Amino acid sequence: MRLVYFSWVREKIGKGEEDVELPDDIETVRDLLSWMKTRGEEYEAALEHQDVIRVALDMEHVLHSEKLGTPHEIAFFPPMTGG
Amino acid sequence: MSVHVTPLVRVQAEDFDVGAETALLCQGRTDIGAIVAFTGLCRDEGGKLAALELEHYPGMAEAEISRICKQASARWPLSGLSVIHRHGKICPGGNIVLVIAASTHRQAAFEAASFIMDFLKTRAPFWKKEWMKDGTAGNWVDAKEVDDMASERWET
Repeated sequence: MRLVYFSWVREKIGKGEEDVELPDDIETVRDLLSWMKTRGEEYEAALEHQDVIRVALDMEHVLHSEKLGTPHEIAFFPPMTGG
Repeated sequence: MSVHVTPLVRVQAEDFDVGAETALLCQGRTDIGAIVAFTGLCRDEGGKLAALELEHYPGMAEAEISRICKQASARWPLSGLSVIHRHGKICPGGNIVLVIAASTHRQAAFEAASFIMDFLKTRAPFWKKEWMKDGTAGNWVDAKEVDDMASERWET
């Protein structure tokens, strides 16, 4: 699974993207975030305030309650500040 | 009532020209009665800001802007729509974003441009980092609650 990170999530994790094998028991986006935080202290720091982290599956916004499914690309980023 | 409109969506590092983009949208058209062009600029924050650096999610930025344009054209009878968002380093006074909405009458054009800007702010994957004149690098700009409220007001 390809994971991509942006803005301060990217900076705190220390990389912009990586390929990761996900455990089988992850059902929702929220489960994924919880698992991500166990991957090391940089992940724990980046995703500490889990509720503010936005997630996109294959370039579409999803709620944390959404089923993960089998996307090609999962993105993690803070609230957006464009425009 | 709605005319089929294919929005022009561009995400680019290069600057844009409002006049040229407006002319492009209107080329060969005689049905357009109203054009609203909104330009968002980089401000200097009281002289303290050297530049804004805009990071984006390539692919999703275009896709999300296109989704917002689709919603706008379903809601208002638009004759044309162009949205350009820049990325990279932008100095105070520089252009950041352009929304041009064209319609037969002004109300649809005003409202659609405003709707698109409100949703660009809260849903298009762009993030601003501030570079200050005193050399201190990069605070990421915080998302504003007022922007969320602005987009929520369309949920009627």
